Amino acid sequence: MSEQVKFIFSDDLLTYHFNPEHPFNQKRVLLTKELLDAVELIQAEDIIAPRKATEEELALFHSREYIDAVKRAGKDKLTKEQGMVFGLGTEDTPMFTDMHDASSYLVGGTLTAVDAVLSGEAIHALNLGGGLHHGFERQASGFCIYNDGAVAIKYIREKYNLKVLYVDTDAHHGDGVQWAFYDDPYVCTFSIHETGRYLFPGTGDVRERGIKAGHGYSFNLPIDAYTQDESFLQLYETAFKEIVDYFKPDVILTQNGADAHTFDPLTHLCTSMAVYEKIPLLAHELAHEYCSGKWIATGGGGYDIWRTVPRAWAQIWSVMKRGKVMNGDLPSSWLKKWEKESPVPLPTTWHDSKEAFPEIPRKLEIEEKNLKLLEAMLKYATLPKQNLQG
Amino acid sequence: MLVESIMNTEVITLPPTATIEEALRLLKENKIRHIPIVDKANQVIGIVSDRDVRDAMPSSFLKDADRQELQNEIQTIMTYPVVTVHPLDFVEEIARIFYEKEFACVPVVQNDELVGMVTEKHMLHTFIQLTGTHVQSSQIEVKVPHRPGILPEVAQIIGDHNVNIVSILIYPYGDDPEYKVLVFRVQTMNPMPIIRGIREAGFKLLWPNNIMEPKV
Repeated sequence: MSEQVKFIFSDDLLTYHFNPEHPFNQKRVLLTKELLDAVELIQAEDIIAPRKATEEELALFHSREYIDAVKRAGKDKLTKEQGMVFGLGTEDTPMFTDMHDASSYLVGGTLTAVDAVLSGEAIHALNLGGGLHHGFERQASGFCIYNDGAVAIKYIREKYNLKVLYVDTDAHHGDGVQWAFYDDPYVCTFSIHETGRYLFPGTGDVRERGIKAGHGYSFNLPIDAYTQDESFLQLYETAFKEIVDYFKPDVILTQNGADAHTFDPLTHLCTSMAVYEKIPLLAHELAHEYCSGKWIATGGGGYDIWRTVPRAWAQIWSVMKRGKVMNGDLPSSWLKKWEKESPVPLPTTWHDSKEAFPEIPRKLEIEEKNLKLLEAMLKYATLPKQNLQG
Repeated sequence: MLVESIMNTEVITLPPTATIEEALRLLKENKIRHIPIVDKANQVIGIVSDRDVRDAMPSSFLKDADRQELQNEIQTIMTYPVVTVHPLDFVEEIARIFYEKEFACVPVVQNDELVGMVTEKHMLHTFIQLTGTHVQSSQIEVKVPHRPGILPEVAQIIGDHNVNIVSILIYPYGDDPEYKVLVFRVQTMNPMPIIRGIREAGFKLLWPNNIMEPKV
């Protein structure tokens, strides 16, 4: 088994760009890449350029009419009314030039990562351009056009016939991927996210467990707004370990949204960098324990693109590459290069200092409530295991 | 919303001369809790619930109980007269019947004939639709003075940001008659520009709130 790890990157990943005011900004990927360059953690031989997903590959999950609409939207040949049916041209997913091509590269990047790992070329692979988990079969939503996670899992099922565990730590529920495999017992989805009571998309209740043959293979932890590190990690670690042992996957695909951080403008969770250090460490450990290391990671949400996302995502690569997280100061060359452009002061260390975080008056109440949630969810992970031969 | 748009039109019924045993079987097989009893003209003359049927049965603790009761006609235990509604009644109105009479279902009758049933489950499903929680959306709660024209003012801000509203609910603000709480579910993952707009217009947001202000 190869010990190589692969980082999927080329400027094609940066072409997924709605407009300058839009919170979804792939500059995050560039900032992360440059941060890794600055600490010399990434070499030329680690990098693979993303390929462009073919229409046949997109059609593993998306409807042909939808793909056609996206293509036309990117060529300015889709009217506002025609777009609305497919969720195209909304504030969340506006149309932009060549959006089909840009979106196809994000999906292709995740497929490139999948092939790198499942062909045996690499043990882990990371596509920070992917993780667009809100895309539906025939509808764009929540900043997502094509759902690279869903396409990639369909692709793994079809081409490699393996059991896939999808783990989604974005602060928003991974609804697109969950619904795509809701009746599939060979794909287990696990999403930890802020409760949908207020936050988009609203789903992801602990009682959403899958249907038909897929019943028992969807897991959700909708944690309370203002949840902090200890409670997040307690729930996440316990649940992930139980689920991986229950499902026994052949490969793990993680979606690494970095929007549960206190600084994120779109959500109400209050975690620090500690969470983004533990998330890849745990995925790494469990992938080695259960899947002989086979781990593919994608990006996801993350709207504090200067302070939070580059550090969080660089740690995923650090763990893939060295099995441990980065410590101490951030490289001064990186800080110097970007501090002028950043609208907020950049952090100077990999970790967060405690002072930056608010006191949450309801802390104990939130922790108690989250714990009850974990108990409710775990009831489902300890059901009699079915004998499934992938 | 009209009753005809939420009612179930495939109703399982029994004639008054059917046996209690038959009713028991129908309740079990179809996983239902009520059976309207109709005459030959499909007119509702009574209703039986699963509880009525259970009450008519011998206790399960009695091993050698006489099962003869099960052969009695259903009309001996049915409830009548029956409160019914019309397909053109408002759902809001019949909600009062459920609440005040503590019913779990009502038959829907038109021209003296049974045409449907509405159950508590239908009512709750309708309620979920009204709240908009079944559609991908974000929630915003605004405290507003209770005066004419306030709703369009707030809604205009959302409209100006080109975002669809999935649902609007207006709640009382505690016991204070001077204020109301407007709850919007809006179809966007990025409610920030709307929230900013609402704040700038001077409205008080209850969610996202600015009590803790943890976000930097």
